[in-house]
Amino acid sequence: MIVEERKGTRDQFPVGMRVLAVDDNPICLKLLEALLVRCQYKVTTTDKAITALNMMRENRNKFDLVISDVHMPDMDGFKLLELVGLEMDLPVIMLSANGETQTVMKGISHGACDYLLKPVRIEELRNIWQHVIRRRKFEKSCCTDSDNRDDGLKVLANSEDGHWAADDHNGKITKKRKDQSEADEDDSEDNIENDDPSSQKKPRVVWTIELHRKFVAAVNQLGIDKAVPKKILDLMNVENLTRENVASHLQKYRLYLKRLSVVAGQQASMVAAVGGRNSSYLNMASLNGFRNYYAIGGSRQLPTVLGSLQPTGVLGRMNSSSTLAMQGLLPSPTVQLCGMHKSTSNPCNTDLGRIQGIVAPGNRQMNLLHGVPMNLEPEQFPQLKLLQEPRNQLPAGFSDSGFTVGPKSNSFPIGTTNPLFVQAHEQHNRTGGLQNHSVKMSSSSSELLDFNLQDISQFTSNNRSGDGSWQGASGSTEDPTSSLSILAPFGNIALSSGNIGANISSVTTHAVTKPFDEFANTMAAPLHDAITNNNINNHVRSLNGNTMAMPPVHDDSRPSNFSLDNSIQSWDYSINSNTVSSRYSNPLLSKLRTDEATARFHSSGIAVGEKNLGATAVVQGNFGTSLVRQDCMIDRSTVDGQLKFKGGYESENSRLHSGINSNGSCLADVVNSMVKPVSTFSVFPG
Amino acid sequence: MELANLQRRYLDFTSPLFHEGILDNQFTQLQQLQDESNPEFVLEVVTLFFDDSEKLLNELTRTLDQQVVDFKKVDAHVHQFKGSSASIGAQRVKNVCMAFRNYCEEMDQEGCLTCLQQLKQEYFLVKNKLETLFKLEQQIVAAGGSIPMMW
Repeated sequence: MIVEERKGTRDQFPVGMRVLAVDDNPICLKLLEALLVRCQYKVTTTDKAITALNMMRENRNKFDLVISDVHMPDMDGFKLLELVGLEMDLPVIMLSANGETQTVMKGISHGACDYLLKPVRIEELRNIWQHVIRRRKFEKSCCTDSDNRDDGLKVLANSEDGHWAADDHNGKITKKRKDQSEADEDDSEDNIENDDPSSQKKPRVVWTIELHRKFVAAVNQLGIDKAVPKKILDLMNVENLTRENVASHLQKYRLYLKRLSVVAGQQASMVAAVGGRNSSYLNMASLNGFRNYYAIGGSRQLPTVLGSLQPTGVLGRMNSSSTLAMQGLLPSPTVQLCGMHKSTSNPCNTDLGRIQGIVAPGNRQMNLLHGVPMNLEPEQFPQLKLLQEPRNQLPAGFSDSGFTVGPKSNSFPIGTTNPLFVQAHEQHNRTGGLQNHSVKMSSSSSELLDFNLQDISQFTSNNRSGDGSWQGASGSTEDPTSSLSILAPFGNIALSSGNIGANISSVTTHAVTKPFDEFANTMAAPLHDAITNNNINNHVRSLNGNTMAMPPVHDDSRPSNFSLDNSIQSWDYSINSNTVSSRYSNPLLSKLRTDEATARFHSSGIAVGEKNLGATAVVQGNFGTSLVRQDCMIDRSTVDGQLKFKGGYESENSRLHSGINSNGSCLADVVNSMVKPVSTFSVFPG
Repeated sequence: MELANLQRRYLDFTSPLFHEGILDNQFTQLQQLQDESNPEFVLEVVTLFFDDSEKLLNELTRTLDQQVVDFKKVDAHVHQFKGSSASIGAQRVKNVCMAFRNYCEEMDQEGCLTCLQQLKQEYFLVKNKLETLFKLEQQIVAAGGSIPMMW
């Protein structure tokens, strides 16, 4: 009988358990391999985290367990841990010579099943198979225990504090489930037998965009706090989807949101500074705005994006902290400049005003970016993959409105200003590498954060460099080309701040900078976009240099979640590179002019100044962040269904990584996917 | 007997290495991992260690020689060195690495340079000892005997 055969195979376990060992130190790796072989496991080794990810993505069922070093040059071990957890849901054991409690805590919070100290002893390795069993059992009980859903949910909820993977949690959860299952043994047994007992693996549910969209819609409907797997499942009304599938997906989603909110908080301040618009843009860009934006063909999109963003229930999700942050950031010299701009009769002004609102904080922008980076989270969230898709769509919209940047994805990485900037960037590409940066800024919100800084610097430098538009922008909205107006804020910012670079650094010191860093990391990838020139890359490099710290969900020391971090390291963004010449072409700005959406923003009070800006910003910020989150989550769903939740992530991830070194397109793609317009977004007034 | 002498010499040589802390229990673990399916394991790992270490030492020398020292880079190298030395049981080398990292954290170039010197000394010492150890082992095996284990 099949069941018996399977049981037979099971009995052999843990012999032959397939382990993937990742460690950049060849001696440690060799030793680890020998130890694992001695334990009778089947070992595959690699010294690159990226290779490991690719191997796992190739075939999700290829490995049972992953052991990874924490300290690796190409990717932070924690990041790999998260990615594996999100994408493949495999147990991951961390290895490190660093045994400080804090680091160990970090590992567990990131979802490590276990944390071993180097040099690792064979006795410890002999027990690692328990993690595999534990995980399987847990999943199984989730599936089979329909009557214990509520209890299971509670367990899930408890576990969702980010320590799901912790052994003790697993133990508790498993225990609880077992208790609950006792009443339902027959059911469980039947289910177990119906499942694939030998492998103890349920067929993985692929969270397609559609599915995810339904999921998010259901969660939104219920309210994030009230969303329980059973209800979500009922709302989704999808066949062959088990509560357990929903439960595990919900857990990931919650973790994701947490991260976003932390980041958002920081970004919010940035967003606020910018006047919220950016954030909204960012969000828009990140979520769907990008796509919408491009689709609409330019400025018009902005409003749409904004509009579309609003309907989503994301706003509600915005952290109050981020809101506050936004408000706090609003006042800024640049804001005033925005006002100035607004006064000009130039149509761009309205748009610009909006933009300015966003940009105004100049320095803040960076914060915004930080806040917005949520999109950057894609890495963590499989949805990233979707990003890639939008990319292609960008050109459509852009080209019409002059936002050609879209597809290039250069804009994405920069993500600062939404398409507007992207376009500007595009046009300016010719002028120099910096342009790329600017483009990136606009394309994705998350990227915006990172790029904003750079863009700002770019802008400022460009302005100084004699780009007529800049000068005009700074002083007045006279600049015929709307682009100026758009850029103006930046220019102003730069001017007002005297040195974007400087501001940036100052901003970076702001708490918000943290997310920025993260984003920078993530953003870094897009920089490599084809459009971006070497400058961008260089800039990226200088900026990123260090590990980005992700806004911690639970603790402050979490490394940037984005896998890009490590890869970005090579990017080395140099925010402070005043040399960056933001040669955003004015034409781009002019495009902005036509952006009705900006008008809306504009009217909201950007012209008025900080106060309004703040208000607007707040809204935007909220909007933005929520959007971002939503976007990130939704991105996948909005993707043309080509990308599977996990698969998408995978490719995106790899692309991201590769992108960093090659074309920035990867990031752009990611951003794009993230930005995928949410269908529910309504058009912004104006 | 030739073999007995060789084996005794081997033990006389290896034993103080452990007592002096040049090698530690981790090296013993390495030796235990060597078996018929993996007959040259210890030699392979140690050779890897030599190659990697020498590269690291060169890198460290170069990095610390700069006008402006990139301490993060130095720390990364030392971290790697620490990991590998710990893995093979080169205890004294590992200890110097730990002290070295402290200096890196404090961005103390002088301290780092001193540590680098120490590191080189300890590394070449353990390298020398291990090479002798392998030679003795080869002699025992050539004489038809088995290597006496320390544990």
